[in-house]
Amino acid sequence: MDPKLQKVAEVWERDTAIVEGVDISGPWNRMFGQRVIWDYTPDLIEEIAQLPGGESFAWCYQCGKCVPVCPVDVVGDYGPRKLYRRAQTGINLLDSPDLWLCTTCANCLRVCPKLVDMVQIMPAAREHAMLTGRAIPAELQEALENTAKYGNPLGQPARKREAWVKDAGVPVPILHQIQRPVEWLWWVECYPSYHPRGIDASIALARIFNALGLDFAILGREEKCAGDSQRLAGERGLFEMLAEENIRTLSKYEFQHIVVTDPHALNAFRKHYPKLGGQYDVWHYTTLLARELPKLQPLLTKSLPYRVTFHDPCYLGRHNGEYDAPRQLIQALPGVEFVEMLRCRENSYCCGGGGGGMWLDSFAAGHQRRRLSEERVLEAVSTGADTLVVCCPYEVSRFEDAAKSTGVEGRLRVRDIAELLAEAMGLIGEGAA
Amino acid sequence: MTIVVVMEQVPDVVEELAIAPSGTDLDRDAVSYVVNEYDDHALEEALLLAEATGDEVVAVGIDTTGELDQALYTALAKGARRAIKLTGDFEGTWLSTRAAARLLVPVIQELEPRLVLTGVQAPDDLDGQLAPTLAALLGWPHASVVIGSQLVDGAVQVRKELWGGMTMTLELELPAVLGVQAARQAPRYVPISRVRQVMREASIETRDVETPGDLAPAIMRLRFPEEAGQAEILTGSASEIADRIIELLRARGLL
Ligand code: SF4
Ligand code: SF4
Repeated sequence: MDPKLQKVAEVWERDTAIVEGVDISGPWNRMFGQRVIWDYTPDLIEEIAQLPGGESFAWCYQCGKCVPVCPVDVVGDYGPRKLYRRAQTGINLLDSPDLWLCTTCANCLRVCPKLVDMVQIMPAAREHAMLTGRAIPAELQEALENTAKYGNPLGQPARKREAWVKDAGVPVPILHQIQRPVEWLWWVECYPSYHPRGIDASIALARIFNALGLDFAILGREEKCAGDSQRLAGERGLFEMLAEENIRTLSKYEFQHIVVTDPHALNAFRKHYPKLGGQYDVWHYTTLLARELPKLQPLLTKSLPYRVTFHDPCYLGRHNGEYDAPRQLIQALPGVEFVEMLRCRENSYCCGGGGGGMWLDSFAAGHQRRRLSEERVLEAVSTGADTLVVCCPYEVSRFEDAAKSTGVEGRLRVRDIAELLAEAMGLIGEGAA
Repeated sequence: MTIVVVMEQVPDVVEELAIAPSGTDLDRDAVSYVVNEYDDHALEEALLLAEATGDEVVAVGIDTTGELDQALYTALAKGARRAIKLTGDFEGTWLSTRAAARLLVPVIQELEPRLVLTGVQAPDDLDGQLAPTLAALLGWPHASVVIGSQLVDGAVQVRKELWGGMTMTLELELPAVLGVQAARQAPRYVPISRVRQVMREASIETRDVETPGDLAPAIMRLRFPEEAGQAEILTGSASEIADRIIELLRARGLL
């Protein structure tokens, strides 16, 4: 038993009570006679609140606004209010599966009047759990060990990171080979470099960049995971190690801006690399392409007879405020009919991959009625869309798997925005050069 | 009391291996190293034993890669109290298991442990000779293919794997040497911030040792295994298969 729980004392309501000289004892001041009053200690809440980043856990005043917007509660039993209440009643978050279920999607923070911030609390609590020797879910352990060893959570060799380039069919300059300044450094990230469906989107994007005449290059094998999701999963040390190495690598080359495929990398570069000395002008590729729309629009020549809906990535939308660029790009696609899902923009649902969720899929599934990704593809189907458009590399594989497991595979395709754009430009698919 | 864990680093086979131009070694610039996975299990088992008894775990390794520090700091971060690294001008050579055991014995004797644990085998010790050789040189009892252990007064009880899913439990007098196949539980995770903290605060003890002369194997030529022939699965009734086997043996002149 948790030693803290032994402090929880069973207290009986008094038979006789005299308050300020007035005897208020008697059954009339109780509903059904004498009751047990449980005396809860605030210790479990304080243990989290004393951690740097964990402070706001103690601010919760139990209003409950966060629970209905929490994507995990939709498929399970979750939300900051519930975590606080559980800690109050003696359930230690550090030892509970709850510790790993939050995806740091930040939807609760959006509505919380007290600014209880799970995006800060969760990494702090998880790190504390690791540092106090608690076991972590095996899937996550593997991803973290892989990242430490190979610089990517998939456990792929570092040297293979640039292997996709040879299938791109267009020039993809690699900085350690070209040794010249470029305008855009394209931060490809792990899944777009190694995962087959991620590579599809990378190839599409490389062709678009070429068609636009963008002066860009990638780091190739020198790039390591930006590390944001590992940080949110509690591995601050690993994040710092990756960030230091990446900042050192970036300092070798001359470039003006960074364009990232992955919103998690965007978040890391914008909010956390500067603290470690890495200051860059960072763009998500949808923002860059939306800016290039005047040049892009005339190239979108092929009509795509799709009814599409769009999933806002948490780390692009809520975390970094970009809701419009992806929509502008979708609306520029000729022939495409665009429908929104009910949960969109600021209130978008979460795919379940954030905050380390990408590497906790089976673990989380064991504590939920269905996966978050499954909930989301069913919502997409309910709009009548035949295509779910995404722009975060975690999502293509997550949603494709979810479409299979929910049996809507034949009715819903999952495509990266880059793939649709490249298709409308005739750069991929039938008749592509 | 002390439990010694002997650890080594081996080439990581996730990264593609390349042969050096000399043809007698791996291209070491292209090789990255990882802890031998069985040694990782030996460390975990030692830590579990020590947690139960209050023993002190000491990680010991021979630095043949120049990168052993990383492995030893990780061991310290996981809970080892001391780490000792043996250095010499054998960096960049492949030590034979026997040579490695000879180098390790004096350190082990000095530490006076009641138990020595190491991985049951390693890519450069596929026949699993390190634990038995150490035991022979030390004159201590030994068990290999260990999948669980427990210290009871004056002895260690070990579960060891036999064959066909069978296991046996035996009791060894202390001190003893164990070749660990698998720890009772999966090796623990240690967050990088702990490793980094340990790197700042703890230190690895270094011992210079004599190079063991002719005990390293002389490699004449190193090459990748050649593509072997394909397997053929025989199907049909027993007598059809028997006919086919006879046919195959005849065709090779074996019958
Ligand atoms: S919205 Fe904020 S204050 Fe209200 S219950 Fe949730 S965490 Fe607590
Ligand atoms: S951050 Fe998202 S998943 Fe975590 S508690 Fe808040 S709403 Fe739920």
